[in-house]
Amino acid sequence: MAKRAAPEINAGSMADIAFLLLIFFLVTTTMDVDTGITRILPPPVKNKNENVDVKERNVLKVLINSHDLMLVNGKPANVSNLTTKVVEFMSLHPNDKSYPQVQEKFIPLLGKKVLMSKGIISLKNDRGTSYKMYISVQDAIAKAFNEMKDQQSLKYYGVKYDQLVDPNKIKVINKLVPIRVSEAEPENVGGQ
Amino acid sequence: MAKFKTSKTKAEPAINTASLPDIIFILLFFFMVTTTMRENTLMVKIKLPEATQVQKLQKKSLVAYIYIGEPVNKTLGTKSRIQLNDSYATVNDIPEFVTKERQARNEAERNMMTFALKVDENTKMGIVTDVKQELRKANALKINYSTRKVLKR
Repeated sequence: MAKRAAPEINAGSMADIAFLLLIFFLVTTTMDVDTGITRILPPPVKNKNENVDVKERNVLKVLINSHDLMLVNGKPANVSNLTTKVVEFMSLHPNDKSYPQVQEKFIPLLGKKVLMSKGIISLKNDRGTSYKMYISVQDAIAKAFNEMKDQQSLKYYGVKYDQLVDPNKIKVINKLVPIRVSEAEPENVGGQ
Repeated sequence: MAKFKTSKTKAEPAINTASLPDIIFILLFFFMVTTTMRENTLMVKIKLPEATQVQKLQKKSLVAYIYIGEPVNKTLGTKSRIQLNDSYATVNDIPEFVTKERQARNEAERNMMTFALKVDENTKMGIVTDVKQELRKANALKINYSTRKVLKR
């Protein structure tokens, strides 16, 4: 005589229980990935009267007023052409006086000296500037630096910056294209 | 002859649903693992500005959030406020907030902390700058301006 099969536990409602839990987690889940623009603030100034001497030609002054209008080196500009202006400004022109100075720098990981621009982007905003405008300017500048990183990366490794995997290579590119943005102390001209 | 019935049942065999719970459980585990419960209830209105060149925030455990925006509660006016943890704060509370957040972290990781600024896009820069200056004084130098990612403006 064949063994009688033990009566099976009815697992039909198991799915329902799992569904209930699933729906709970589906509803409570927030899948927002936090994204943003990361910046390093300059360390606090110990001596307020100490001014770092930077040559005029090495600085690209970006000013934003309380009406969200922008001046780049004294001329009106807008966000859409800021990126090209920054890339142009940071490009290497050793013999042209209207561009920033260049200096040779030794990159240990690369094992040779390379020319680097001494240019600095100086970003100054009013207290009345809107945050939206400020971010779009930061974004445009970040875009310029990312383009330059892509250029260097293509030159040395043949791939774009975000496709680099080797952390050493990423380090080299970050050394080659330092993010030279200085944020001056804010001014209160236009009022809040 | 009736002993071996070649039982040709007429009814269609039911689809075996025994593995359905397993499938659901897999989904369930996925959502359980990826779920992050909101830590703070927002007391300020925040519509993040858009940007194209964004990076993902690494290591969420090392991030502390500072919210700035108009209060949700209309009776408090429309002036931008700072929210730290679960309460409104002023600029002067930031150093204390920074020390507290630092102390809550592992000693080895304290220097790698990021302070994410979640600021409404209509906020004026004045208050943001004040916060930044306080962060500088408190030596919290790595900051992140939270933005929404868009492909093109």
